[in-house]
Amino acid sequence: MSSRRLFGRRGKPLNGPRALPSRGAAAPVSPLPGGGRRPVVVLRAVTKTYKAGEVEVHALRRVSLTVEAGDFVAIMGASGSGKSTMMNIIGCLDVPTRGHYWLEGVDVRELEDSDLSRIRNRKIGFVFQNYNLVPRTTALANVELALAYGGVKPKERHARAMAALREVGLEDRSHHLPSEMSGGQQQRAAIARALVTAPALILADEPTGNLDTASSNEVMAIFSRLNAEGRTVVIITHEQDIASFARRIVRLRDGQIYEDSRIVPVHTSDTRMEQREAPAEAAPASGNLSGGAS
Amino acid sequence: MNVFDNLRVAIGGISSNKLRSVLTTLGVLIGVSAVIILVAVGTGSSQAVESRINQLGTNTLTVFNTGRFGRASGTQTQVASLTIADVNALENPNNAPDVKSVSPVVSTSETATYGSATYTTTVEGSTPSYLTAEDYTVQAGSEISSQDITSHAQVVDIGSDVASNLFTTGENPLGATIMIGSTNFEVIGVLASKGTSGLTDQDAIAIAPYTAVEDHLTGYSQSFSELIVQGRSASTLNLAEAEVENVLAAQNDTTVADLPFQVLNQATLLSTVESTSSTFTVLLAAVAAISLLVGGIGVMNIMLVTVTERTHEIGIRKAIGAPKSAILTQFLFEAVLLSLIGGTVGVVIGVVGSRFKIAGVQPVIAPYSIVLAFGVSIAVGVFFGFYPANRAASLRPIDALRYE
Repeated sequence: MSSRRLFGRRGKPLNGPRALPSRGAAAPVSPLPGGGRRPVVVLRAVTKTYKAGEVEVHALRRVSLTVEAGDFVAIMGASGSGKSTMMNIIGCLDVPTRGHYWLEGVDVRELEDSDLSRIRNRKIGFVFQNYNLVPRTTALANVELALAYGGVKPKERHARAMAALREVGLEDRSHHLPSEMSGGQQQRAAIARALVTAPALILADEPTGNLDTASSNEVMAIFSRLNAEGRTVVIITHEQDIASFARRIVRLRDGQIYEDSRIVPVHTSDTRMEQREAPAEAAPASGNLSGGAS
Repeated sequence: MNVFDNLRVAIGGISSNKLRSVLTTLGVLIGVSAVIILVAVGTGSSQAVESRINQLGTNTLTVFNTGRFGRASGTQTQVASLTIADVNALENPNNAPDVKSVSPVVSTSETATYGSATYTTTVEGSTPSYLTAEDYTVQAGSEISSQDITSHAQVVDIGSDVASNLFTTGENPLGATIMIGSTNFEVIGVLASKGTSGLTDQDAIAIAPYTAVEDHLTGYSQSFSELIVQGRSASTLNLAEAEVENVLAAQNDTTVADLPFQVLNQATLLSTVESTSSTFTVLLAAVAAISLLVGGIGVMNIMLVTVTERTHEIGIRKAIGAPKSAILTQFLFEAVLLSLIGGTVGVVIGVVGSRFKIAGVQPVIAPYSIVLAFGVSIAVGVFFGFYPANRAASLRPIDALRYE
């Protein structure tokens, strides 16, 4: 699995967050656990303001957050809490007004437009609420597209795209157009597209928002399985049921983190258990999840 | 994304709205075929005019009687006329060394009859040199001779149209006696066809000795309708023109400026016609180019609509990591493909359309017009596609994704 290689590898030396003196952040910040583990996402005092006419809207106020490799984080909050802004910033679709964001040690504020697209392609796999498959394009072509933009050769593209579709159980739908697939199938194709590039982070924005319960469970089972395989997953949701699949829940209110709770310890391929701050009931919950996924 | 990926995406985009793509293509198609056909019509008509003038002979001068009053001596005025004395003076090499031959022409239109067949033809009464000067060759039989002139022989060389219209049953015209007006003429030769060009049918002609024509058809008047003067060469034609004017002025006791005759130089005429017809061609090409431009604006218009329509798709592509250049290429490919299809079909229609006669002109395809029209259609795609494509590529992914 190419994704495993990605996670097993030691990261580049971080030039930012570790060296940074921990300034008194306004929001409560969960300290970095596991000294040896590499953080994928590091937000430090990130502020985002929009101008709505004359009024300045503070979507995020000095938010700091660290997501480690192999974690499964749910970001929760009501509408207007800033969770979508946070998702856009983590996904490199938007840049912070102030503060810093390191993705795998790279400060995205210093990046050009073309570098940002490369980062989105190589390091982030997006899953959206409304699936966002390219219309008039088969499931397979949609998955291949992510590889095509990354400059992967056509032959290799096909093999990798088929493997990704197999992983989400959609290999028999590979030549279907988005309009010929159910919502659940479309979302699974979108997940295949997100994971095919072996990104550092799978970022899902309300992935079950348009799905019925059965499809939701199916999709969440896939996320759980991907995480169990060592992938880092961040999902944004307002549903408690969905968030309960995660190992860690971050709650946002008025552009600030007001609660950050770990449910299940971070699971990685090399260090199986890391109990430093995990609640005791973590292990059985994890067992349930993997059972639901198969 | 390689070229094939881009091509596939562009074809997908074009085929997603077929009717609209066809209509957009039509704009370029009409522009390209219009350029090719109209330039071909312009080229064809100028070639037709030029060949007609060439058939008249490029090293001939035509002297017309303008009908002005000639010499005014005392109280007596008399109408100037081209006489045999003028012809003799011009044929004198001491007077006009650059003149090769002078053919006096008595011209009339008569009905020719053979058996029950009749045909209206131009009858040119002239001398043997007329045939050379006017570039007529005898296909069968013989030319009229100097002896025929002096003996006032009632013999005639007939044009191919006269022959075919009078001798409908296919019998040999040579030696046959036909009636022109009310006089019998013996056919001694049939002229090779010069073809029709423009206003006059050059094969509807009967050439007879001017003496016989004067005797029996026009009546003896001591004057000719025109003189065909053949120069020694095309390069000395202007010298010959000056000599002819001087001789005629001397013959009529007047100055060159007051000469009652007009001397028409075919070379001058040719260059005038050439410049006129090239202006005509440029004008046609300009009209066609404007329609190509309008087609290009159509491409741009549709591409702007397409970009707006696919804003969300652009957002998706950008979110999964499409660089600006990939989006730019995608839409540029689509625009160029649209105009390329229009250009290709336009060239085919232009070439096929140029095979038909348009407004009496057989179009002649100018190869440069095909290359130009095709090249411009691609350039139109690039030029008018760039702005919409760049607009698409410059969209912020977050805005594009939010667009529904």
